[in-house]
Amino acid sequence: MRIDLEPRTNRSPALEIGAPIAALVAAILLGGLVVALLGKSPTRAFAVYFIEPLLAGWSLQEIAVKACPLVLIAVGLGFCFRANIWNIGAEGQFVVGGLAGGWLAIATHGGAHQTIGGWWIVPAMLLLGAVCGAVYAMIPALLKVWLGVSEILTSLMLVYVAELLLDYLVRGRLRDPKGFNFPQSVTFEDVARLPFLAQGERLHAGVVIAVLAVIAAHFVFARMRFGFAVRLTGEAPRAARFAGFNDRKLTLAVFAISGGLAGLAGICEVAGQIGQLQPVISPGYGFTAIIVAFLGRLSPVGILVAGLVLALTYIGGEAAQVALKLPNDMTRAFQGILLMCVLAADTFTRYKIRVSRTGAT
Amino acid sequence: MNAQLFELVLLTIVTASIPLVIAALGELVTERAGVLNLGVEGMMIVGAALGFAGAWASGSTLVGALCGVAAGMILAALFGLLTIVLAVNQVAAGLALTIFGVGLSGLLGAGFVGLKREGAPHLQLPGLSDLPFVGKLVFGEDAFVYAAFLLVALAAYFLARSRAGLALRAIGDNHDSAHALGLSVRGVRFLAVLFGGACAGLAGAYLSLAYTPFWAPGMTAGRGWIALALVVFASWKPWRVVLGALLFGGATVLQLHAQAASLGLPGQLMSATPYLATILGLVVLSLGARRNSAAPAALGQVFVPPR
Repeated sequence: MRIDLEPRTNRSPALEIGAPIAALVAAILLGGLVVALLGKSPTRAFAVYFIEPLLAGWSLQEIAVKACPLVLIAVGLGFCFRANIWNIGAEGQFVVGGLAGGWLAIATHGGAHQTIGGWWIVPAMLLLGAVCGAVYAMIPALLKVWLGVSEILTSLMLVYVAELLLDYLVRGRLRDPKGFNFPQSVTFEDVARLPFLAQGERLHAGVVIAVLAVIAAHFVFARMRFGFAVRLTGEAPRAARFAGFNDRKLTLAVFAISGGLAGLAGICEVAGQIGQLQPVISPGYGFTAIIVAFLGRLSPVGILVAGLVLALTYIGGEAAQVALKLPNDMTRAFQGILLMCVLAADTFTRYKIRVSRTGAT
Repeated sequence: MNAQLFELVLLTIVTASIPLVIAALGELVTERAGVLNLGVEGMMIVGAALGFAGAWASGSTLVGALCGVAAGMILAALFGLLTIVLAVNQVAAGLALTIFGVGLSGLLGAGFVGLKREGAPHLQLPGLSDLPFVGKLVFGEDAFVYAAFLLVALAAYFLARSRAGLALRAIGDNHDSAHALGLSVRGVRFLAVLFGGACAGLAGAYLSLAYTPFWAPGMTAGRGWIALALVVFASWKPWRVVLGALLFGGATVLQLHAQAASLGLPGQLMSATPYLATILGLVVLSLGARRNSAAPAALGQVFVPPR
């Protein structure tokens, strides 16, 4: 048997939208198979994972809150991946952003801000988080541009370094002195928390920031020269060089954007969701965001939808742990399956698949 | 430092290096065929989980190691299906494989957490293994160590001296020319990917069967990624992988001893050393060599055969 790929000359819009949906369906079927092999009911698992979280108001809010960091990071990764730059260390940039912004909240805790008012603290935290995330992303970016070191390996190694740095500081310098030696910081004061959108609800202002980031990124890709340069560099690097786009500057720019957005996501999570620094502040958002970026076909609006889908798997996964005793690893395995299905589905939009017997052709 | 302690340190260096040697060697052959598989970490950890499960069920370390190899090959076949048959981007598919593998290993290994086996048996040659200083180092290792060196020797010979190795390198350097010469680009690449998976699975099985020897979630701790970096350090040459892994294992062991000697440095800094050392190594290497001169020319590029 022989399988051949024939490039499609015209790509139909129905196929472009249908492919990720088909991939999602295929991943759910495969995930159901894994659940059945674990000896649980796949239909029940499907209901717990994908239906029940959509039926209650509070869990819908939880989904939006979980989608916030995923969407913010994935929008940034969209810039990198479109330019064929592989920043896979968003998890580290997320942690550094959360750490830097969180440090400001702890430094101003119960002190300095009282005299000049507290209005500036949250904006300063957000800014600091984004800037530090971007600076951290500059390490692999500069090494790539100056020395040609593979950004894949360096950005990933820096994830471990960032996690250990956070662990060290939360157990040391930034630990709550009155916290009975628990490895966590003080709980942030209200002036250092992202405001909630409504009284007594879970939705915080980070959700608005994520939506604004989607709109801004959409505008950049649709209308601005920079968005065109990113796409052209990824799709036709030679043509981009002839057009006079500087690929070194572009590498630095997309790394700064994705690092900055990952850092912003980190501080939004710390100041909005957690409210203090802990030794671990992310259940792998930086890696899940890679799946979000691809499921959203690297387009900002697609990423918004994909972020909600992956957030659903987190919330459903937590519910399944309680209701079905399905381990948390199921969620991760499912996310891996989903990414594989998305990538395979992408091939079907770009090529016609022809299967022929040996010797035919 | 007396001779006995020195021998002990050397022994631990070898133990720390072996999983890196095996995993990096497999990835090296895969990359020489022009395929970049970032799923090493995922294949390795599933190999560790299934290797332990197989050994526990059968009571045999060998069966466990074979289970690890089989697990790595199955995941590698999945990667091959995506990247070679369906022409999917290799970076993205490799990441997917790692995410999937980490989750799958947790599912497979859930029932084995906290169980402990005897470590893999060590060679015991009367007389030779008791020689002072070199006895245990040369004649008293476990089978994985000897297998690793055998694999390196075979791979080095295969790549440099055999006709099939020449074909594999040609495919990795220029798949269009290789295709025009009538070589089966996709077939050879698939085999190379399978070999890489087998090695990653074996390296994982080594961790859970000989290194620790127990299964713990997340026990590979980035070793798969470090193996990927070692391939670059080694300029895609098998024996240099051994050298790089020994240097690396040495750094890890020294870090452990420094920790024991309590120099007052935070433990987290010590734990971060392997990752920082990897970055530093990549930087030093790129300062010395001409940029990417040693990399297979078609590395990471998708091949769609023209009809």
